[in-house]
Amino acid sequence: MARRPAGGTAAPSNTSKDELLKYYRDMLLIRRFEEKAGQLYGMGLIGGFCHLYIGQEAVVVGLEAAAKEGDKRITSYRDHGHMLACGMDPNGVMAELTGREGGYSKGKGGSMHMFSREKHFYGGHGIVAAQVPLGAGLAFADKYLGNDNVTFTYFGDGASNQGQVYETYNMAELWDLPVIFVIENNQYAMGTSMKRSTKSTTLFGRGEAFGIPGEQVDGMDVLAVKAAGEKAVAHCRAGKGPYILEVMTYRYRGHSMSDPAKYRTREEVQKMRDERDAIEHVRDLILQGKHASEDDLKAIDKEIKEIVNESAEFAKESPEPALDELWTDIYADDLPQGSAEEHA
Amino acid sequence: MATEILMPALSPTMEEGTLAKWLKKEGDAVKSGDIIAEIETDKATMEFEAVDEGILGKILIAEGTQGVAVNTPIAVMVEEGESADDIKAPAAKPAAAPAEAKAESPAASAVEEVRTPEPDRSPDWPEGTKMKTMTVREALREAMSEEMERDETVFLMGEEVGEYQGAYKISQGLLDKFGPRRVVDTPISEIGFAGIGTGAALAGLRPIVEFMTFNFAMQAIDHIINSAAKTLYMSGGQMGCPIVFRGPNGAAARVAAQHSQDYSAWYAQIPGLKVVIPYSAADAKGLLKQAIRDPNPVIFLENEILYGRSFEVPDMDDFTIPFGKARIARSGSDVTIVSFGIGMAHALEAADKLAQDGIEAEVIDLRTLRPLDYGTIIESVRKTNRCVTVEEGFPVASIGNHISAYIMENAFDHLDAPVINCTGKDVPMPYAANLEKHALITPAEVVEAVKKVTYR
Repeated sequence: MARRPAGGTAAPSNTSKDELLKYYRDMLLIRRFEEKAGQLYGMGLIGGFCHLYIGQEAVVVGLEAAAKEGDKRITSYRDHGHMLACGMDPNGVMAELTGREGGYSKGKGGSMHMFSREKHFYGGHGIVAAQVPLGAGLAFADKYLGNDNVTFTYFGDGASNQGQVYETYNMAELWDLPVIFVIENNQYAMGTSMKRSTKSTTLFGRGEAFGIPGEQVDGMDVLAVKAAGEKAVAHCRAGKGPYILEVMTYRYRGHSMSDPAKYRTREEVQKMRDERDAIEHVRDLILQGKHASEDDLKAIDKEIKEIVNESAEFAKESPEPALDELWTDIYADDLPQGSAEEHA
Repeated sequence: MATEILMPALSPTMEEGTLAKWLKKEGDAVKSGDIIAEIETDKATMEFEAVDEGILGKILIAEGTQGVAVNTPIAVMVEEGESADDIKAPAAKPAAAPAEAKAESPAASAVEEVRTPEPDRSPDWPEGTKMKTMTVREALREAMSEEMERDETVFLMGEEVGEYQGAYKISQGLLDKFGPRRVVDTPISEIGFAGIGTGAALAGLRPIVEFMTFNFAMQAIDHIINSAAKTLYMSGGQMGCPIVFRGPNGAAARVAAQHSQDYSAWYAQIPGLKVVIPYSAADAKGLLKQAIRDPNPVIFLENEILYGRSFEVPDMDDFTIPFGKARIARSGSDVTIVSFGIGMAHALEAADKLAQDGIEAEVIDLRTLRPLDYGTIIESVRKTNRCVTVEEGFPVASIGNHISAYIMENAFDHLDAPVINCTGKDVPMPYAANLEKHALITPAEVVEAVKKVTYR
């Protein structure tokens, strides 16, 4: 197939075979997982809102490559990719999508609300831009405690027009918080293209008003994302305060499952898929660099498919939460004394 | 292997749709992501993408068919080499989604048997404890100072809490004592610092977020409710949020509608929050210390007019007051007056006047609205058979309304008169002195209500 006439960097000479194969595997896992989620949604096994990450895989995989143990991440409702990229169990994520006991939130959070203390993943937030000050708060805690962790705070081009983002920018820079604001600019806030919502030509540039440095990054190129991530992380860990990465990416699917797709052309989507696909890019690098054969990659594809199928099976078979779960996890430690709930 | 393509659900509420158009025909090769059909729902026409690679072997539902139920097989995909002729007729009945199949499972009974708990009547501090006189302001300051000394993760943030020494001087001296790391002056950015505080709490710190007044917390209420109160539940118990949101609540004096509102009933409605509203200095201190130690988000509603009032406070190294334990401020057998916060001032003044007329009122200070001490209310109503509630907030969906309903459900046979709710008037707070006075609840109105329920 004659793909990728342009775009994407060549692999820097220091990019190892293992690294490339890891990116390929991690991005493919997200894509196949999301395709499966879409399928389960269509079958009525997943309900409510379901926002797929297909097309944007290089963003989280590239940035996770720049993170170390202890770093935190927080994002919006388009969160499945972030969870898989930071090593959360696909079974637990898929079972949360189907609202089952085996899900990360025991079925009480759903697609938009999942968390993992173990993997330092702080959600999964359903209110556009609410995760931005929360992410700065996570970074505030790390600075307060005097460690060198950083927080990756992901949000979209849509969230960038919420006021709380700028209150947060101001305080994050004022207090030198170790937070990387990652704007995943997929160019559409639901159905509103960036040029229909702002006259700003860049989003990272808005940080300048607060003294926050930043840059635009090719989000369809995992190596470029990783390199930018490393630069941002170094800035934060050095105690220089926040950094903004505006990662230019593209979502192939609708905003959520119920998207009429009338705000952009089919050709536009197809062109991105054909010419700029992040997984194809790494695949080409691997094959051109003779790091693996077509057959080796097929074996990986098969392995990923098995992981995803297993997660779907787990998500179907895991039981619905017990009715008692309705009344748990409302308060830590105990129910409020004397509350009606206590006696239910 | 041949696989069926099922009619997809394309929105949370879709049950059936129209197969508007096939964009691939039988025999076409299809790859993942290709649009194979257009499906019309009640909301929009949507494109249906293929999930797997293969060849469109057979179309089972012709384009233009209306009312195709979700999960009905609409086509069959085959792999290369497979013949579409091998495909047997699809199962007549679509597989029902488990969600639907299980909709009949027994839900928790709508009418829960609520057993009102026995009230805790133990003293708040040991009998004979030496007391000292202090203002509510000093009590709140002491509570924060003691907890910050006790626990390094406790810090205070808000507008003017540091160098200005607190807009209402609650945090006076704390910056000198604890330094700018732990007493953090913020810009005027309520939603921003409420969110940052909540994030810090999710990460394990114990922030005290001061709002200059709770009127300004409306800018931040999304983080209080959606981020702080709900995250523990939505995370299946993983993400606790130990944070205190505190500041003056309710009417001050002559500051008009935007700065004079009681938010008690608003926050008391939210599962996941605890809501505290002290009247006395001893309660302010003991409850604030308890709030800071609580592993959950706590709304701590103070009152500007009460800040300067003096009360007796136990002179102890450390004391806390548990949540959900009301205080009987005055014993009586003729009527129960239930109140909280500044409402207590009106309730107690009314009780004094009523005593002169020979009516002995039992006055209950709820102290916390969530959890609420139902036991103490019910026990008292069983004794007095009459109840009046007193609060400064608006009358519609008030705390008094909730208490009335609870009494009706749980002590109906003990009532000798309908419960009366004394509240602020159903108007935005006016500025003019005479109108403002009229908008607020007064002891005279409480006296009148008590006379009504006691038929005097």
